[in-house]
Amino acid sequence: MNHGHSQNGAAPAIDARGLVKCFGELRAVDGIDLAVPRGMIFAILGPNGAGKTTLMRMLATLARPDGGSASVMGHDLVAEPQKVRSVIAMTGQFASLDEDLTGRENLVMLARLWGFRGRAARARADELLGAFELADAAAKQVKDYSGGMRRRLDIAASLIVTPGVLFLDEPTTGLDPVGRKSVWRMIRQLAGSGVTVLLTTQYMDEADQLAARIAVIDHGKKIAEGTSRELKVATGSGVLHVAVADPARLDEAAQLLEARLGTTVQRSAEGGALAIAAKTSHDATDALNKLLDAGIEVADFSMGSPSLDEVFFSLTGAGRK
Amino acid sequence: MNSLPQVARPPAPSAISNALVFGWRAVLKFKHLPEQLFDLVMTPIMFTLLFTFVFGGALAGSPGAYLQYFIPGILVQTVVFNSVYSGMGLSTDLGKGLFDRFRSLPIWSLSPFAGLMVGDFLRHLIAGLIILTIGLILGFRPEAGILGVAGAFLLLLSIGFGVGWIFIVLGLLIRTPMTVMTLSFSFIFPLVFASNIMVNPETMPGWLRAFVAVNPISHMTTALRGLMSGGVTGREILLALAAPIVLTVVLAPLTIIIYRRR
Repeated sequence: MNHGHSQNGAAPAIDARGLVKCFGELRAVDGIDLAVPRGMIFAILGPNGAGKTTLMRMLATLARPDGGSASVMGHDLVAEPQKVRSVIAMTGQFASLDEDLTGRENLVMLARLWGFRGRAARARADELLGAFELADAAAKQVKDYSGGMRRRLDIAASLIVTPGVLFLDEPTTGLDPVGRKSVWRMIRQLAGSGVTVLLTTQYMDEADQLAARIAVIDHGKKIAEGTSRELKVATGSGVLHVAVADPARLDEAAQLLEARLGTTVQRSAEGGALAIAAKTSHDATDALNKLLDAGIEVADFSMGSPSLDEVFFSLTGAGRK
Repeated sequence: MNSLPQVARPPAPSAISNALVFGWRAVLKFKHLPEQLFDLVMTPIMFTLLFTFVFGGALAGSPGAYLQYFIPGILVQTVVFNSVYSGMGLSTDLGKGLFDRFRSLPIWSLSPFAGLMVGDFLRHLIAGLIILTIGLILGFRPEAGILGVAGAFLLLLSIGFGVGWIFIVLGLLIRTPMTVMTLSFSFIFPLVFASNIMVNPETMPGWLRAFVAVNPISHMTTALRGLMSGGVTGREILLALAAPIVLTVVLAPLTIIIYRRR
């Protein structure tokens, strides 16, 4: 791909090769490749301290890479940072707003910095305040905003000019479920209008819900990448849930399942229901047959794919919490 | 969020236009935080009143005579103290991620600092005028008249501009605003007190007099007194401007380097 050519319409939104960032001895980002096509929601998933934020800061020109190269919308990160800045927007983990100013003043300030003048800047601010359901709070100082309102304003502040790539660093950390859902809805809508979104998250369900592709990062290295489904398949297991009609035969059923599948049964708190990892659906069906052969009546069963949590823990190794 | 049409970028604004936006932000801060003006002028007002009436008679024979000596000095002190606040403000901004947004914008990378300077100028001007007014009410009479006072304020703003770089650098380097303040005052206090702001150095021990004689704060104060009372020499003004000029020449490029490396 064309790192050198600044006007390359076909260039991917993000093309990073072997990015490295060191803080003293620590290699916070340790040789990460990333290819994000235009218009995609791409999630970087990892625990705290994995290097997600540092990776994103490099791509947003806020930190200079110590190694590797990258281009954003065809512009080289190191050679043409100002061109990169003109096609990106970043909403950091901590509100990147002036808390002393009102929501409207914040947006007008940024609109002016982008080059909107006087009335046009105010009109753009009002437009965004309306779109993000903040019109009523426009004249309030940001320090009086709720967490959800702050996030919305923060994202609105990134959309003064429609960016080619929008970086969102942990966009829903600290939000209540309602706030989370509304931010998710906005992100989907943005992607729908053609904006490439690169987001970091430590929530598996967030990556699962939003992203077309997910890169899993740990200790500064990419340990897996793919669609949510691919990652789950790669982990190679699903979970079989079984409810037994006669609770008296629960122990017997558990023993039969363990014998067939070679893994450990987990019992639900209420009793009566069993969950056990099964490698394939064939194994699971076979295990169910074993129960029927023994005359144990199955009241209900289901085969679930592993949650992204399970995928993540199996990739990064158990023991981390 | 209902609908979001694509919005293209308007023509890129000039560096000056960027800087003016940050200046506007500084003015809005005054609107929303009028209490910062209170912090700004309370200390110098207290200093003026206490020094004039408590020490004035002992130091200069009478409070009135001391006021004549002290007002130009307290103006210098106020400007230097006030510069610390902009370093603290910068440290606060940096801690909140606001500067990350500024830095990810396609703007002249130094424009946020230009805005900081605008805010400083306003602070210095407002605090200076309030102190001057109180001085005039108490009986301070600048013999050089309005032109002298105007010249003194120009010099004050230049001092503020030069000294301001120290605290901008500290604000960039230090994460916690409180530490910026503590560290700043730990070297500002000795510099301000071991000068000719409050007392004529004649009665100080020889080694201290030697320090006062080379202390840039003393030179600033001497020139300001000269401007307000008339009879200032070109040499005095040059000496007063030496430190601000050196600070600007050394620290402005350093600011750029630190800011870009962050």
